[in-house]
Amino acid sequence: MKPRTHAAVVVGKLARSATRSFGRGGTAIPGLVAERFDPDVVRSLAAPLESVVLVTGTNGKTTTARMLADILRADGRPVVHNRAGSNLMRGIAASLLEAVGPLGRLPRDSVAVFETDEATIPEAAAAHPPRALVITNLMRDQLDRYGEIEAVRERWVAAIQRLERGTVLVLNADDPSVATLAEVAPGPVVLYGIEDALAALPLGSDEPQVADALWDPQSGVDFLYDRRFYAHLGHWQSPGVGRRRPRPDVRGVGIDLDRDGVCFGIDCGSHSVDGVDAHYSARLSLPGLYNVYNALAAFTAARVLEVAPDLAAAMLGATQAAFGRGEELVLDGHPVRILLGKNPAGMNEALRTLRPAGPQGAAPLHLLVLLNDDIADGTDISWIWDTDWESLAPHVASVVVGGSRTADMALRLGYAGFPEPCLAADDEHNIDAALRVAVEALPPGEGLVVLPTYSALLEVRGRLAQWAGLRGIGDGA
Amino acid sequence: MTDQPEHSVPSERRTLRVVHLYPSLMNLYGDRGNIIALRRRCEPRGVDLVVQDVGIGDEWDPESTDIVFIGGGQDREQRRIHQDLIGRGPALRSYRDDDGVILAVCGGYQLFGQSYRDMAGEVLGGVGVFDMRSVHLAAEQERCVGNVVVLWEGETLVGFENHGGRTYLDEQAEPLASVISGFGNNGGDGSEGCRVGNAFGTYLHGALLPKNPHFADRLIQLALQQRYGEGVLAPLDDALEARAHAEALHVGLNR
Repeated sequence: MKPRTHAAVVVGKLARSATRSFGRGGTAIPGLVAERFDPDVVRSLAAPLESVVLVTGTNGKTTTARMLADILRADGRPVVHNRAGSNLMRGIAASLLEAVGPLGRLPRDSVAVFETDEATIPEAAAAHPPRALVITNLMRDQLDRYGEIEAVRERWVAAIQRLERGTVLVLNADDPSVATLAEVAPGPVVLYGIEDALAALPLGSDEPQVADALWDPQSGVDFLYDRRFYAHLGHWQSPGVGRRRPRPDVRGVGIDLDRDGVCFGIDCGSHSVDGVDAHYSARLSLPGLYNVYNALAAFTAARVLEVAPDLAAAMLGATQAAFGRGEELVLDGHPVRILLGKNPAGMNEALRTLRPAGPQGAAPLHLLVLLNDDIADGTDISWIWDTDWESLAPHVASVVVGGSRTADMALRLGYAGFPEPCLAADDEHNIDAALRVAVEALPPGEGLVVLPTYSALLEVRGRLAQWAGLRGIGDGA
Repeated sequence: MTDQPEHSVPSERRTLRVVHLYPSLMNLYGDRGNIIALRRRCEPRGVDLVVQDVGIGDEWDPESTDIVFIGGGQDREQRRIHQDLIGRGPALRSYRDDDGVILAVCGGYQLFGQSYRDMAGEVLGGVGVFDMRSVHLAAEQERCVGNVVVLWEGETLVGFENHGGRTYLDEQAEPLASVISGFGNNGGDGSEGCRVGNAFGTYLHGALLPKNPHFADRLIQLALQQRYGEGVLAPLDDALEARAHAEALHVGLNR
């Protein structure tokens, strides 16, 4: 090891124990410090890794990476994983620093699963040639940072064109912006998607769904959809051009959704990974169709790393909700569920899991909605106007609003027909106050649903952790 | 926020018709919020809002239209709608000349000018509702991104802007507002948006109308004036709107 890298490991580890003793946040700080000493610290530390999998996309990165890491661990492999979701180079560096011994060595046969920010893919792929690159979907998110959605895809195209031939691209067949990346892949491509017609939105449904790729930029005509699952994900084809959704190698079937989880089947076969048709059953303890996509992505990537498919399918059920992604805890006898929402498509799907599936209806909801506009959230909050709050309004009993953009959020919910919202006071303890008000107003035994943006999630979860005696964020939550 | 004259408010229900141009393609930054706000501000005042979505190839009738709205989109979407929109140029210009109400935001605003040079250097002709030209200098210059506060007729308008293109008004053209904080048309001359007759173009999204109720009411008043000869509006309880405006003002001036 270069002396510079060694120095980076030593200070990085020191920084890690220092930030841990403060007990909260700062998961990327050791990485940031180590990068100061050795800008190539990721390249150096990752060099002996047998396999690196990069997971990116607008929605589902954290949960997909977590599912894959759980599968690989169950398969007996030492896994390096930026579990807390710090997904820039410094976060990747921090997870490597945590995994290496004092001499900077990784355990034998280690594999790495790195959740990677969309714009960081070129850098991450250059630091260590990945065994697989998983791309979940491409939707509007943090446009104040990326400018336009198309700019993100252009970065991916450039990164993919530079991949080694040995890298397997794992792509979502149902997202035309992602599936068509196969056209520039230098190496093999494996696709996953959902087949189940029953899981699709009713065609021509009035439900306003924000969608970012409803037409083919090559031909300039609208995609035709046989089935649409959410946003622009579905069975698309470009009429007259011959471009259409490729048949996925790994297919989600027989999907049965309820408020607490999903049962579904995975068909795979007649393709490069398996060679034989096979069917596996999976049960997720996470709700929502979007988690079926995450599970299919994780399963497919696990197959690329040659994990036995029955083990991979079985382990999907073991993954608990990632930090704030449907996570549930109990506070003073009230079940509290936290659903991160940071862009319209992601928030729409979170809201969908809250709506009762049948006409009977479930108990009305008590909500705490927290909208921050820090850089990590996106400083542009206009996305709340693209989100279909109207669809949830009939099911809401009460709502408390907080965050740095409390009034804008309250206005949005008011316009969507929510009950009159309770607004947290406009000061620096706003989120703390909002949480207290929301919990104190709950009728005995009834639950609370918290819908925070990213920085509000960190804050509210830290508060809840103190309150309910949970482990801190730095422990990987 | 708007001073209401003491005139009586008409008691019979009235109707305003909104043409929403390319809602599925030009909708990047919460532009749907503008339609939601118009509806929210019309219905309690006895004004039914009928919204017609007009996509590529769809007909619209300027005679029966009271407000034309177009939102923002990526370069890619702007190219997609371009030819169809250009075909509507004569109708839109004569609608403007007849004092029809128009609100064009961001990408839609750019295309309602004389021309737009996109990131690829391709020059797209505009519909010419506004006498201005926009240029996208992506390679050389940063995008104009951030919270924005402008002064419009002695009151503030608040919103968010995110545009690669810079807009330059022709000498005789009148800006909509002057920049207090943010970039506005081009980050140089302090102008924001453009106004001609009852046509308003702006870079402000956020969405614009919910937290600028005085501006939303102006559009509604002008539209009622055109259709019914008078545009008196009953006041609404705007406490939440005012708070959202104040919050955005605070953010816009302090970041």
